[in-house]
Amino acid sequence: MARLVVLGGGVSGHTAATFAAKWLGSSHEVVVVTPNSKWNWIPSNIWVGVGQMGKEDVTFDLAPVYAKAGINYKQAKAVSINPEGNERSDKPFVTIEYTLAGREGEVENIEYDYLINATGPKLNFGATPGLGDANGLGEFTVSVCTADHAVHANEEFQKCIQKMKKGERQKFLIGTGHGLCTCQGAAFEYIFNIEHELNKAGVRDMADLKWISNESFLGDFGVGGLHMKSMGFAVSSKIFAESLFTERNVDWIIGAHVNKVEKGKVHYELLDGSMNEEEFDFSMLIPPFAGVGLKAYAKDGSDITATLFAPNGFLKVDANYAAGAYENWKASDWPKTYQNPTYGNIFACGIAFAPPHPISKPMSSPNGTPINPTPPRTGMPSGIIGKAVAHSICDRILKGESSPLHEASMANMGAACVASAGKGLFDGTAAAMTIYPVVPDFEKYPGTGRDTDYTFGEIGLAGHWIKHILHHLFIWKAKLKTGWTMIPE
Amino acid sequence: MEKKAEHNIKAYGNNFTTMTPGPLAIKLRTCKIWQFIRFIIINIKMLIVVRKSH
Repeated sequence: MARLVVLGGGVSGHTAATFAAKWLGSSHEVVVVTPNSKWNWIPSNIWVGVGQMGKEDVTFDLAPVYAKAGINYKQAKAVSINPEGNERSDKPFVTIEYTLAGREGEVENIEYDYLINATGPKLNFGATPGLGDANGLGEFTVSVCTADHAVHANEEFQKCIQKMKKGERQKFLIGTGHGLCTCQGAAFEYIFNIEHELNKAGVRDMADLKWISNESFLGDFGVGGLHMKSMGFAVSSKIFAESLFTERNVDWIIGAHVNKVEKGKVHYELLDGSMNEEEFDFSMLIPPFAGVGLKAYAKDGSDITATLFAPNGFLKVDANYAAGAYENWKASDWPKTYQNPTYGNIFACGIAFAPPHPISKPMSSPNGTPINPTPPRTGMPSGIIGKAVAHSICDRILKGESSPLHEASMANMGAACVASAGKGLFDGTAAAMTIYPVVPDFEKYPGTGRDTDYTFGEIGLAGHWIKHILHHLFIWKAKLKTGWTMIPE
Repeated sequence: MEKKAEHNIKAYGNNFTTMTPGPLAIKLRTCKIWQFIRFIIINIKMLIVVRKSH
């Protein structure tokens, strides 16, 4: 019997674990190690953050789902990996520390034949002073990165609405809280959902909304922007984004590295090197991401963390990490199999794999401060990668060690994305987009880097319907209900 | 129909060079019949991209 251990139970880890359990059957073991007791459909957190959904609408208990799937679920956080075993055994293992109520702090070693690192990110609030504490519930700003954060964000948001109803003008500042953030899309959704809710509450005229982000142009979204076919033109996402911001009367600051947050004020540096301040009454700033801080040890106990992980804490995979300057970047730099180059039985998927470089062109201020989005590895790509990695491992377990690995390069993969701009069955809107491929391939698609036959976007009520349907569809799939394998990632 | 979006443009400000939707474009965004048609078209387009990506 082989044992697959999956670290992390988010979109990517959950996909990998559930498909592996289905394909391997009861003759092999799948273990999931995740510190959370609940699964969270993160894309809907923005609706929790404006009071349109509750925490219970976007989360469910993992234990019964894993029991049904025959997965050995351990509510714990991974601490370290010993890919060569230790002085007593050659068998590789991971060390975990329980977070389960009643077993908190208890440490256990779990041996594995194959390991998938799908831990997702550490929300690195500490990178910007004042952005937030270890729990992400900042003293001065809010977040929608987890369901609990979103509940807290809504509580603060409702207070602002009450103040506006009493005649007190409020300023909302939404965006990214550091020069190297990703997930601009979540902040984009949040600011327009706030705008939509303010309109519904009849207080829009009492609010000033401002966007602040590390993108060098509006509509970059961490993927270097995209060109979409519209009215016979290939139109940049910059035009569409600026149009929407103007239509909704939202001002913007771009190319900004937020370097300090105080009560009611952020300090930021722009790409031109200038230092500035912006005041706010309510602010939701996405933190930068980092690896979760897993350590790795060799058989003799020496620290080999730098062998297994990149400096940012994400797991090294089959990417070209020596691409160098932007001019040298190629689509082929991006990983295909997500296998660790040193230890062939370790894989990564979702945010946990170390990308070779950003997708957006790297930029820095004259002071040397890097200010550019880091690459997104969330949503549809993370699910597809998780499934491909599970497929590779299952093949090797069931068909032999020489089975070819499955590939899922982000440079050869598209993504469908629906960004909510307000919730409502008949007055909601969302930007529905597809992008192909996620990582631009300028050799294959000269100019825009993407196939404009498969890259499009439009905003409207239809997009909202799709987003709402996807909410229910993916929770259905994650709960492994009837037909779950038929729903694509 | 009111040309409200145009009024948000600030001369030589951040948004001076962008395009803004006219009243008809904004109306169509929440027109149920038109959006039902778009719903079908967008779904087909997305399914094609999803199929190409797996």
